[in-house]
Amino acid sequence: MKIKDTLENYTFILPAVTIFSVFYIIPFIWVFQLGLFDWDGISFSKVFVGLQNFKEIFLQDKNWWQSMWNASYITLIALTLQNILAFMLAWACDREIKMKNFYRVIFFIPPVLSEVVVGMVWRFIINDIDGANIINRTLTGMGFANLAHNWLSDPNTALTTVAIVHCWKGFGWGFLIFLAGLQTIPRELYEAARVDGASAWQSFKKITLPLMIPVMVLVAILTVLGTMQVFVLIVSLVGGEFAGHTSVPVLRILASMRGSSRFGYACAQGITFGMVLVAISFIQYRFSKKGQ
Amino acid sequence: MWFKNVLLSVFVLFSLIGCSEQKMETKPTINIWHWMTDRDPAFQELAKKYEALTGVKVNFELYAPSDAYSQKIRAAAQGTNLPDVFGILGEKRDFASFIKAGHILDLTPYMEANNNSWKSNFFPKALAVNEFASGNSYGITPGIFGVPIDIMTIQMVYNKKLFSQLGLNPNRPPKTFQEFLDIGAKIKAAGMQGLVSGWGEVWMIDCLANNYAFNIMGKDKVLATIKGEVSYTDPDWIKVFSIFKQMQDSGILAKGLVTMINKSAEQIFANEKAVFAFNGSWCVNVYKGMNPNLEYGAMLPPEASNQYPIAIWGGAGSSFMVNARSKNKEESVKFLTWLTAQDQQVYLAQATNNLPANKDSLTKIPEILAQFARGMDYATHPNVWGVSEFSLVIEAFDRGIQSIIIGEKSPEQVAGEVQKIKDREMAKKRAR
Repeated sequence: MKIKDTLENYTFILPAVTIFSVFYIIPFIWVFQLGLFDWDGISFSKVFVGLQNFKEIFLQDKNWWQSMWNASYITLIALTLQNILAFMLAWACDREIKMKNFYRVIFFIPPVLSEVVVGMVWRFIINDIDGANIINRTLTGMGFANLAHNWLSDPNTALTTVAIVHCWKGFGWGFLIFLAGLQTIPRELYEAARVDGASAWQSFKKITLPLMIPVMVLVAILTVLGTMQVFVLIVSLVGGEFAGHTSVPVLRILASMRGSSRFGYACAQGITFGMVLVAISFIQYRFSKKGQ
Repeated sequence: MWFKNVLLSVFVLFSLIGCSEQKMETKPTINIWHWMTDRDPAFQELAKKYEALTGVKVNFELYAPSDAYSQKIRAAAQGTNLPDVFGILGEKRDFASFIKAGHILDLTPYMEANNNSWKSNFFPKALAVNEFASGNSYGITPGIFGVPIDIMTIQMVYNKKLFSQLGLNPNRPPKTFQEFLDIGAKIKAAGMQGLVSGWGEVWMIDCLANNYAFNIMGKDKVLATIKGEVSYTDPDWIKVFSIFKQMQDSGILAKGLVTMINKSAEQIFANEKAVFAFNGSWCVNVYKGMNPNLEYGAMLPPEASNQYPIAIWGGAGSSFMVNARSKNKEESVKFLTWLTAQDQQVYLAQATNNLPANKDSLTKIPEILAQFARGMDYATHPNVWGVSEFSLVIEAFDRGIQSIIIGEKSPEQVAGEVQKIKDREMAKKRAR
């Protein structure tokens, strides 16, 4: 009877396991296997090189680690600036304010726009000769003419500019998830706290924040996964890796595949990158468990 | 019973029809994959014309942008389901990989048939891009493996109206590098923008740098560097890197050039916001679409040295290859022969403003295209050099020039870094 129950239970999860295996596990293993070869992506013959590609990534490929650092920098800005903004706006829209439905729609417009379009629009806003130079004009108008410069062509500001545009495009997702999370908090808890004389800050600290931790972890994981893989926006804003200053892992993988025709190496980069993302997600998950 | 008889009769009738000899002769359909959005309407028109002439249907399938097309072709090659005719985007070594994998038909016998009648139609430099010479470093049996559809040259263009505003003769573009730099000072003083190009996408930087490398040290030394016999730290290469620093210092380069995509560069030049552009002959069609009244001329990059002639990149703009595994090989070759004949090439040139690959079709092209065509005398291309540089070296080279332009690194520093990567790749090659 027990075996029958167990088999029955496994039958229920079989479709999900099959789909997950076919579309995720098997391709992952396959890509790992390709990462062990020197292959141009065209020939039928591949040369087995063992872990040589991985060794090159870890010991020689400085460009790869610079791209990881750049992606981490954008992710850090997204985790802080983007998510704080998203949380604040969600918190404001969760309250009884005028036109809150209108704001909800407005805040969700940037995420649904194509990254290419967002990049082109921001390029137009930022650049002067092929754009409207709005940022620099505003700065000059406010008396900060000394700050006006080529934001996208200056190695000191290019990556931060990309990160800020990425935050603008991405905060709507966080906003939506935070808002959904805030709406699940029972209103009675706030009323009881108010009756007990709790201030707004105390309600926020003792009720909102603890109950929102699982949602925050989810948003953080999604932000990390989404931001580390950014590349279309970068191509659209600065045309590519800009002497390495805006290089990110996906652009490096593409460069290995397209520029160098090193498919085996690109697969090894993909696996390394995937493992880094899995590790980050796992750490975040463990932290959230501890927090709970 | 009655019903059974009817059913049996119908069955016998259909069986007899089914067993009868097939009288209708079906003509094949040639499938062609390409990425050329601007040429697609003209291709479709020519396909209709060919079908009307021969009864053979030609199906042009457009897959754009070019990056997506490139991946599609590679995936199809792995699955051995390439179409009858296709183009390859990439370097000569990718082309060689396709040939080695048995995907591409050797067209030499067709080209040389009837006393070279097909081969003699083309510009030799356009054909050279599709040719593997004897003793090539890719290990390919010598032969012609592609059909050039059009040709291109990458040169500089200048705005005649802005030239006049700067007090310059609009019919006399700068010939020497010093004259060019002097114009930079005038551009800076007038608050205009100088040279625009898609240098955010880097390959065009590589193109201009190689133009000057040929000019400063000559072809033999450039090829010797690729072979590893000359170092990138050689004084001549330092001069090549310094060209970019000099341009930046003179004010001839437009603001934000290192992150400029070619589409933006084309828009800026077409809108008369920049004096110079570095672009390929395809720009004629682009500028015509953006600003039909634009007055501009084509010019060779101004010479930095009088020791060797300047060389520009040119040759086949786009080429088609025949799938060696296709059952429609012969029909495909016939179609490509027809497509590259004079009438069709004239039509393509007029409809798309691209330079025809057929040398007899140049008579009826606009003056600006003719200026680009004259550049063919100076044309060279990495695909005809017989050796190719390591892609990681090219990457370091292009990135390094971007760093020079933004003032981050000196020419000497970049030369040292490029040579370091070159040494590493050479060591790897020797170890293999």
